[in-house]
Amino acid sequence: MTESTPLVEVRDVSKYFGSVIALEDISLHVKAGEVMCLLGDNGAGKSTLIKILSGVHQPDKGAYLIDGEELWFESPRDAIDRGIATVFQDLSMIPLISITRNFFLGREPTKGKGPLKRFDVAFAERITREELSNIGIDVRDTSQPVATLSGGERQAVAIARAVYFGAKVLILDEPTSALGVKQAATVLRYIARAKEQDLGVIFISHNVYHAHAVGDRFTVLDRGRSMGTFEKDETSIEELEKLMAGGKELDELTAELQENGSSESEATTAQSNDQESNE
Amino acid sequence: MTQSATESTADERVRQVSTLRKWLTRPELAAVAGSILVFIFFAVVAGDSGFLTSGGTSSYLEVAAQLGIVAVPVSLLMIGGEFDLSVGSMVGASGMIIAIGTTQYNLPLWVAVLLALAFAVIVGLFNGYVVVRTGLPSFIVTLGMLFALRGLTIGFARLITGRTQVGGLEQTTSGSPLQPIFAGSIGGFPISILWWLGLAVLGTWFLQRTTFGNWIFGAGGDATAARNVGVPVNRVKITLFVCTACSAVLLATIQVLAAGSADVLRGQLLELQAIAASVIGGALLTGGYGSVVGAVFGALIFGMVSQGIFFTGISTDWFQVFVGVMLLVAVLFNNFIRSRAQEAR
Repeated sequence: MTESTPLVEVRDVSKYFGSVIALEDISLHVKAGEVMCLLGDNGAGKSTLIKILSGVHQPDKGAYLIDGEELWFESPRDAIDRGIATVFQDLSMIPLISITRNFFLGREPTKGKGPLKRFDVAFAERITREELSNIGIDVRDTSQPVATLSGGERQAVAIARAVYFGAKVLILDEPTSALGVKQAATVLRYIARAKEQDLGVIFISHNVYHAHAVGDRFTVLDRGRSMGTFEKDETSIEELEKLMAGGKELDELTAELQENGSSESEATTAQSNDQESNE
Repeated sequence: MTQSATESTADERVRQVSTLRKWLTRPELAAVAGSILVFIFFAVVAGDSGFLTSGGTSSYLEVAAQLGIVAVPVSLLMIGGEFDLSVGSMVGASGMIIAIGTTQYNLPLWVAVLLALAFAVIVGLFNGYVVVRTGLPSFIVTLGMLFALRGLTIGFARLITGRTQVGGLEQTTSGSPLQPIFAGSIGGFPISILWWLGLAVLGTWFLQRTTFGNWIFGAGGDATAARNVGVPVNRVKITLFVCTACSAVLLATIQVLAAGSADVLRGQLLELQAIAASVIGGALLTGGYGSVVGAVFGALIFGMVSQGIFFTGISTDWFQVFVGVMLLVAVLFNNFIRSRAQEAR
């Protein structure tokens, strides 16, 4: 793999749900040690794109390349096997079971052979504790249920899990959206740390400030279409925000509101006339 | 961060959790405590009328064992997030298959048992596939199976034998090597107790110590989340449905061989008793939480109450009142424990 080959790339991907165009001709790529931010308002198609990247959905058109090799994923498992780990918004964690069981769910370490093959609990607990302190969170007891962790801590567990299982690319679906300011900052720090470890990160957000803090490149989605991709040094928070809000539409709205403002007095008189006639 | 620093801080933290508190957040706590209380109650009230004798012990353990054999896989299925209301009907159906097979068609006993087992696998697969493919609640799917299977059993039994009871299995089964395995006794205690404890150990081991056990928790706790991390949720659930159906065959074999007869109505209400035992044992109706050990103690409570009442001399009519109150108290207690578990730090 040369330095310039992206870890993950999609080219002109489209996805339709019946007559609804969820995505149309979207292209993006991420290289090792890079944070690629995917920005967009609700309904912009971010979730659909993530689901394509993580193997949940198959696109109707376009190409998917891993290390420059074109392929399709049949299931999320395929994507995980190729080192593409997705941390979904619900974190894919089971609140009532222990941190350790969650950490290894679906990829349990085993020992013994044949019918005596079993879940290596001691190993799992040790690794969980190590990996969590590597990423900088202290859990007192990894056998406590995930329900006892805070939102930021759960996010950290999910990221640590993905990194431990050899993820080369981390896809993070709105990791900061449900968090308080402090916890969001902590999660952004985890993202920066993943980048330092030479992972490729695809960071989905609708918060431009969070994205701009850690991102290297930004793609803005709006109603299933790409509004363009920008390097960090060629754009600003204001510009991105304007794009996300649908730039032109917002300008029109502003103009419209100003117009309304000037004709406000007329409107009020019209309204009072209405009321009088009603009485 | 260095390795040694990591481990030493981690270890310090672990020790802060007191073992008492950890034990207090176990799902089976209510069932274990309940078993002890029920035992003390009957030991005091009915101790001198035979509850404490080996005969008395054997009688309540046998009742507990027969329920427990089914309650173990039912609790696993509940932790996996599904119900199986068709186990009771499955007991009636497989009992009839074994009895009719051996008496009417002169099949060797082991062939008849294998036939019942094959039928159970089909029923289990059907339940599982319908639940997984249609996304309908398993409560409804297996409720349908409860009626259909019971109806089929009664219908075919009457069609083939003209009756709803088939007796006279003793002549065909007396020499069979299967007789002592399923209906023998050791020192006055029926061998079904061993089956029950064996299944309990196996079930606990599977749930707590195997990959599949972790998948059961995942499938029941949040099926979508589990799928996202690569757990084959559908396969887990279907396997569990097959297990519950097969446990019904084991129970039916034990009953048929012990009684020498089969009845189409065998196993009625067993499905609800198994669910009650699991719930008393700490299983959550919504899945993802519970333990096999809890279900074993839940079954033990059932056994002690149903036989203990007999020894007290109180009319056994009151048995179900006791069970109902017990169930409510246990669920309230379990709720309390679970909220503690989620706060535990």
